[in-house]
Amino acid sequence: MADFLPELGRAAPRLADGLLVTVEATVLGAALALVLAYALGLLSRSARPPVRGAARLVVEFFRGTSLYVQLFWLFFALPMLGFRLEPLACGVLALGLNFGAYGSEVVRGAVAAVPRAQTEAAIALGMGPALRLRRVVLPQAHALMVAPFKNLLIQLLKATPLLSLVTVPDLTFQIDQLRSSTGATAASYLLLLGLYFGLAVVLSLGMNALERAAKARAGQEGGV
Amino acid sequence: MPTEDLAVRFDRVTKRYGDHTVLDGLDLEVARGERVTLIGPSGSGKTTILRLLMTLERVTDGVIHVAGQPFSHMPGRTPGKLVPASERHLAGRRRRIGMVFQQFNLFPHMSVLDNVVEAPVHVLGESRDEAARRARDLLELVGLADKVDARPTRLSGGQQQRVAIARALAMRPEILLLDEVTSALDPELVAEVLDVLRDVAHRTDITLLCVTHEMGFARDVSDRILMFDGGRIIESGPADELLEAPTEERTRAFLGSVR
Repeated sequence: MADFLPELGRAAPRLADGLLVTVEATVLGAALALVLAYALGLLSRSARPPVRGAARLVVEFFRGTSLYVQLFWLFFALPMLGFRLEPLACGVLALGLNFGAYGSEVVRGAVAAVPRAQTEAAIALGMGPALRLRRVVLPQAHALMVAPFKNLLIQLLKATPLLSLVTVPDLTFQIDQLRSSTGATAASYLLLLGLYFGLAVVLSLGMNALERAAKARAGQEGGV
Repeated sequence: MPTEDLAVRFDRVTKRYGDHTVLDGLDLEVARGERVTLIGPSGSGKTTILRLLMTLERVTDGVIHVAGQPFSHMPGRTPGKLVPASERHLAGRRRRIGMVFQQFNLFPHMSVLDNVVEAPVHVLGESRDEAARRARDLLELVGLADKVDARPTRLSGGQQQRVAIARALAMRPEILLLDEVTSALDPELVAEVLDVLRDVAHRTDITLLCVTHEMGFARDVSDRILMFDGGRIIESGPADELLEAPTEERTRAFLGSVR
């Protein structure tokens, strides 16, 4: 422990780099997941059975196969087929696909939870399906999505250490380096726990603010 | 009556939900500008008629015509054959019709003004300024000029329903459907909504189809009252006549129960 603190000081720039990589993987993974969640969630409510079926299949596949295996497949198997992605790109893609599949259920559920009467009122005003979705249903569904999305976002953050297994120099990767050079296993991993917890708290507070804003916009100040 | 003078014509319209028949081969004609009130026990099919006209439900059998043209159906590939209307066929045509709902169904994420402005801007393509000016006039008409910036959830039921009336009128419908518009209101709020509707009925030449249990209102605004039971019209006539001297026993029993 005596030489842990000086080592930590020397490692600080690398830890900062690792923290940045973790944040980057989280933000990019979440952004891709959000896009996929919307696309898959809305397609799985399509009136056309083939479209709905295809969306459901994709969702079930990426929910039903482990993130760990998806990541390894992208990193080790895909190059054999002639496509080589950067390690971080593999990570972001795997996180996006996996959490996008979970997120699509959030989108689907929230859209289904907006009362049918709202759609009927929009039909009575001559609004077509796209306009109804965009102007009436989604703005109200958003308020219902934020809380479950918050859970998924924190889970996504906590899934990013997997990326260190495919050589992405994230926070876990850098702390592991520190641990091997100092041998201070308990202190290193305690620090790692603390850092992830700190990141989760920041994300959580951000999402809480977003939820309050979304509810106020949706006219649900008094709770859902 | 020549078909072009008809706002609405139901031609042997049947509506079934599974084994349950709500409307059974209904024939119904409503002239342009006519005010018709549908009365009858709950479950007799009155609201279904409005919902079919608003395309919230599809007919099981028969055809609905609006303004002399097939509405629930459209010409198919075989000449002379009608097929169920596509969303595209309905898109333009349903703009002739507006509806006010029992539960108001205002958009909670928009201000009162935006509720009224929304469809004229995004469906009719009016400019926002023009639509907002008209919306303010309509909100004035329903007595809510001071509530334009409020959220609907902050208003009383009667105020919400008056916004819903303004919202429907903003689309300049030729036909207005009123589906038990006072049934969800506290008794002391019923009058303010009915007064607004009387005003609309007297100022405009809009065709009205109205489902209500308010017989005084039915008498004031209707040219004709239709008594429904079991998915069929069992009696119809001018408002005064039908309310004063119903010929059918079931009509008498029903009127006795709502008074």
